[in-house]
Amino acid sequence: MQIKKQTKKYDVVIVGSGAGGGMAAYTLANAGLKVCLLEAGAMYDPQKNITQLKNPWESPRRGASTKFRPFGDFDACYYGWDVEGEPYTKAPGTEWDWWRARMLGGRTNHWGRISLRFGPKDFKRKSVDGLGEDWPISYDDIKPFYDRVDKLIGIFGTNEGLEDHPDGFFLPPPKPRLHELFIKKAAGVSGVKVIPSRLSILTKKINDDRGVCFYCGQCNRNCSMAKADFSSTNVLIYPALATGNIDIVANAMAREVLTNEEGLAIGVSYINKDDMMEYQVMGRTVILAASACETSRLLLNSKSKRHPNGLANSSGVVGRYLHDSTGAAMGGVLPQLFDRKRYNEDGVGGMHIYSPWWLDNKKLDFPRGYHIEYWGGMSQPAYGFGGGIEGLNGKFAVRGVQKEAGGYGKSLKEDYRYFYGASVGMAGRGEAIPLYDNRCEIDPNVVDKFGIPVLKFNVKWSEHEILQAKHMKETFDEMMHNMGAVVTWGGDYNKENNYGLESPGKIIHEAGTARMGNSPKTSALNKYNQAHDCKNLFVVDGAAFTSQADKNITWTILALSMRASEYIIAEMKKQNL
Amino acid sequence: MNRRETLKLLGVGALSGTALVAGCKPEDKKEVKTADPEFTYDRAKEELMREKELLAQEKFFSEAEMLTITILADIIIPKDEVSGSASEAKVPDFIEFIVKDMPSHQVPMRGGLRWLDIQCLNRFEKPFRECSDKQQIELIDMIAYPNKAKPEMSQGVAFFNRMRNLVASGFYTSEMGVADIGYAGNTPNQWNGVPEEVLKQYKVAYTEKELKECVKFDG
Repeated sequence: MQIKKQTKKYDVVIVGSGAGGGMAAYTLANAGLKVCLLEAGAMYDPQKNITQLKNPWESPRRGASTKFRPFGDFDACYYGWDVEGEPYTKAPGTEWDWWRARMLGGRTNHWGRISLRFGPKDFKRKSVDGLGEDWPISYDDIKPFYDRVDKLIGIFGTNEGLEDHPDGFFLPPPKPRLHELFIKKAAGVSGVKVIPSRLSILTKKINDDRGVCFYCGQCNRNCSMAKADFSSTNVLIYPALATGNIDIVANAMAREVLTNEEGLAIGVSYINKDDMMEYQVMGRTVILAASACETSRLLLNSKSKRHPNGLANSSGVVGRYLHDSTGAAMGGVLPQLFDRKRYNEDGVGGMHIYSPWWLDNKKLDFPRGYHIEYWGGMSQPAYGFGGGIEGLNGKFAVRGVQKEAGGYGKSLKEDYRYFYGASVGMAGRGEAIPLYDNRCEIDPNVVDKFGIPVLKFNVKWSEHEILQAKHMKETFDEMMHNMGAVVTWGGDYNKENNYGLESPGKIIHEAGTARMGNSPKTSALNKYNQAHDCKNLFVVDGAAFTSQADKNITWTILALSMRASEYIIAEMKKQNL
Repeated sequence: MNRRETLKLLGVGALSGTALVAGCKPEDKKEVKTADPEFTYDRAKEELMREKELLAQEKFFSEAEMLTITILADIIIPKDEVSGSASEAKVPDFIEFIVKDMPSHQVPMRGGLRWLDIQCLNRFEKPFRECSDKQQIELIDMIAYPNKAKPEMSQGVAFFNRMRNLVASGFYTSEMGVADIGYAGNTPNQWNGVPEEVLKQYKVAYTEKELKECVKFDG
């Protein structure tokens, strides 16, 4: 076996092509730097690899999920919970579900497009409640980059003047759907704030490269037709390729970051999955954006004399403070929507309204907030359609006739029509406290099929998250009651089942495993996403987060990656890198 | 529908014909050549390999089992004034495919069909598929209503629930079923809010703020 060294020397080698890697590649290539982008998954071009506007009957499994597409056969993201030949382990008695997209653009190809800025307090939570750690930056440091991300990528929403849900540069939002009008009313009764959602979807044209949303509701399939939603592929990587400054190496599984005698990064070694050969690519600077846990795995596996603890890990914090958003949900039916008039209500891909955190934690028994996402209505039929109707059709009179639950025949067909489009649901997404003991580390006994040591997870929810889930469920119950909905799932919450709190990892907002901070003793990165221990190594994915607020993290990943990339450009000009 | 009509419906797939005629009998297995499956939507390399493997598999259900599945599917979703029957929408073919795609369905389906036949043999001295329409319905009525079924029929209830769910999945995701249910989307359009007459029906309205700040289209 030999190691093939690429002769071309790059200014920057980036590992990972999702939000963080895509933005870094875009920013650096446009500045004229030569970039090599390594992606562990396959090449993917949303202009050619299309699932948008397909009908359910075109899928032999009618859109059902598979191991390759856990979110359904038309979902744009391949791989997820279970990657062949790439295991991970868990400490006994702990939980972690690990999502790994394996494709160019990563999970940005299918994500929910929920694009929320962190607010001023979100960067200083320790100062507010004494828990966790403050970020080394403030909202003012990141605001100009949020502004530019808004304008570059496009986002709809409304300026509401809410301190911790900051205003931005918003395109107009779509009007609420019918069930969303009911939700708004029900929320009002309970004092829950509801405002237009903030999604990175173009309701107006922003440039000539991209079109405008045509309301098919299929953002999870990636917008092949109009490029009207944000994916790293459509919006950052392919436009950046046009500069001629980027080489993409797909199916390249990074093994370690290479360092020299002085401890500086000199490149990355990887396995090419196509030929199973070992390669090295060299660069002046290395940027990791492989997703929080893969990035920390790479750091921990990059041991050398100068970095015996793993790269950027003299503090010992790499892999630690791992946390996901909390999640709990509830669903039901709205009897007032039975037998409803049919019309196209696909709308944008996702909710048209949402609830930002509206309460003061000082008056509650848990320290951090959550936001609420909503869904419902007349969606495209897929595998599972009408499932469990025997639990529904005996409970309500159908067109005035009370029937026996279950059944068959013409009467059953009438029932399916009657109940279609009446569903409603809501889910909380909350902030967890990053804890030192919640971690991923290298499993001493297990390697993947490439011989790379794998991660062992050791994560447990604390009382803070469990009590937050309890509050979510009680709130949902009240709102469902307010609108006359009948809860059909998620109503069975109690202390024993952690009030329906999803296991950590399930919400796919993992962060914190190479956190930023002012002290090299307690953090891996400085305030520019730069490793304290290795000045030409940067981390621009969720690993860098000191904490992750009650907001989805993508918009902040994008803003921080843009900021770090411009810092790199400036430092290179000053010959510091 | 008589037996001959039902049989005619078997073997013609929603998938490519080459694949579904493949491997009817175990002894044919070696000679089967499976063409690359064709998809109208994106498939990654590993996915295509698996799709090919699935299609190359011999049929899971025997002809007799498929006949029973077809009869059951058409009892659950018969033709009515709005749309056709489950077998007209090729639901049995979908069920044949999905048990290969999701092997967890295999034992409950095979065992459930057998349970049904044993019940019929004991009562009518014939397997379900050979029973008269009246006898079939007599048996189905014992398992189609979970809340009033006798405790000794509970396994049949579980089987029929599964069958009902699979048939609904297959039917309402077919072109015919989507038209029946009235799903009006999956097409480029301009979302201009809930139609006026629907707002009136439910006595709801958009606020001034929404009307001012939301995207709107003329006409």
